[in-house]
Amino acid sequence: MNINELREHLCSEYPDLCPLFSVEFGDGVLVVEAKRLHDAASDLRDLGFDRLGMVTAVDTGDEFELVYRLQSREMHAGIFVKARVPRDTASIASVTDLWPAANWQEREVYDLFGITFEGHPDLRRILLTDDWVGHPLRKDYEDDRIIRRPDYI
Amino acid sequence: MTEQTIVNIGPSHPSTHGVCRVVVTLDGEIVTHAEPIIGHLHRGIEKMAENRTYLQVVPLTDRLDYVGSMYANWAYCRAVERLAGIRVPERAEYIRVIVCELQRIASHMMGIGSTGADTGAFTAFMYAFAQRDHVVELFEALCGARLTYNYVRPGGVSMDLPEGWVEQCRAFTAQHPSAMLELDRLLFGNVIARARLKGVGVLSADDAVAWGASGPTARGSGVDWDLRRDDPYSVYPRFDFQVPLGENGDSYDRARIRLWECVESCKIIDQALDQLEPGLVKAEGLPRLLAPRPGDAYDHIESARGSLGVYLVSDGTPRPYRMKVRSPAFCNLALLPLLAEGHTLSDLVVILGSLDPVFGEVDR
Repeated sequence: MNINELREHLCSEYPDLCPLFSVEFGDGVLVVEAKRLHDAASDLRDLGFDRLGMVTAVDTGDEFELVYRLQSREMHAGIFVKARVPRDTASIASVTDLWPAANWQEREVYDLFGITFEGHPDLRRILLTDDWVGHPLRKDYEDDRIIRRPDYI
Repeated sequence: MTEQTIVNIGPSHPSTHGVCRVVVTLDGEIVTHAEPIIGHLHRGIEKMAENRTYLQVVPLTDRLDYVGSMYANWAYCRAVERLAGIRVPERAEYIRVIVCELQRIASHMMGIGSTGADTGAFTAFMYAFAQRDHVVELFEALCGARLTYNYVRPGGVSMDLPEGWVEQCRAFTAQHPSAMLELDRLLFGNVIARARLKGVGVLSADDAVAWGASGPTARGSGVDWDLRRDDPYSVYPRFDFQVPLGENGDSYDRARIRLWECVESCKIIDQALDQLEPGLVKAEGLPRLLAPRPGDAYDHIESARGSLGVYLVSDGTPRPYRMKVRSPAFCNLALLPLLAEGHTLSDLVVILGSLDPVFGEVDR
């Protein structure tokens, strides 16, 4: 299914999600409000996106952008879902109840960004040790061992 | 019910296939819960990438899945090419397909060989490693490295095939399928290996999809999903190949379809060598310092372990703003607690081996 067919399919089944859909670099992107993320993810799963490929986050400076990559085997299509949460109260609903695959991936985001996932059954650090201080993938994370490499321009 | 015992396996234990610690709760010899503790090999590659130029990140991707470096090279380069709008010459795409299918064989030989070693069939390990060594020598002739190739680069590959390489490659693919039939009889026809693998760690197709399993782990359960065919990229639509599927979703099926995938890889390599035309191996006019326009891009390929994706965010500077590696080994390893429950402690080793995790990629 190409991107236009995906848009039509989405718009006919879930008209309220339609205005949130856009195309970037050939990929379908759905930008939702953080509080609506779980509902939108649930709708997309019902639409046929049966696989959760990836959960990650980007530190945009003043906010965190959560990025979910969903895949449909039946439609042969992928879609991104993005939601922004503020830095100081970084929290979003977990999607582990929809896809168990989110379990470890959300733990990783929690570990490296410090974003909490409400309703996650087992939210602990996964890659770093339990006593680690800070969340390394935040842009303001500081560590003496990080050496800024010179600019080559 | 006897008293529960908690046993710690690893992080340095030969049967854990790398540095993985598993905390096992045992009732007698039966595993009631197995929790993998990962992160021992976490080098922060995603963070390191933010401090390097786009080209300098390629050697970092070698260190992700270190038995299948070509895949991470390629997945990363595809994301960069998508972001920077680079068109890759056709010959480079063919070379990428050839090296990545060879890489699949090299990686699966490691996986099958260690399945043999786990089940006590050490001869099979040596047979598999002899095949792997052929491939590694081909790679050494190609780029000088046996493990961390740094070969696939944004815009193409680092250098053209050396003289006589195509013939060496054909000589390899000519003998490989028969070696696989021999290995199949030796390992999967062996009564001990069958007893150790059959019915151990059964994964249903629904669980495989829900848990985000991919690659041989999902296909062993009959999930008919292969990105090379179902979300075709590069020149894969031009090749004729089958996607081997398992029926029972046990360790036996997961391990054995790797063997048939190697045979299919040989078919793809032969077709690619037939269609290979002279030409450029790297896009012309690339700037020395790539600075793609701001935005984000994701691309994924079918690695030996499953869907390997790279998500890149650019802010317009010569360094990636964010790089995320969607690691199939990480997602597949999350299944271990589900699969190991109810089996014996010795089966845990077989189940972990059948998932074929590479901890460089799990921990990143």
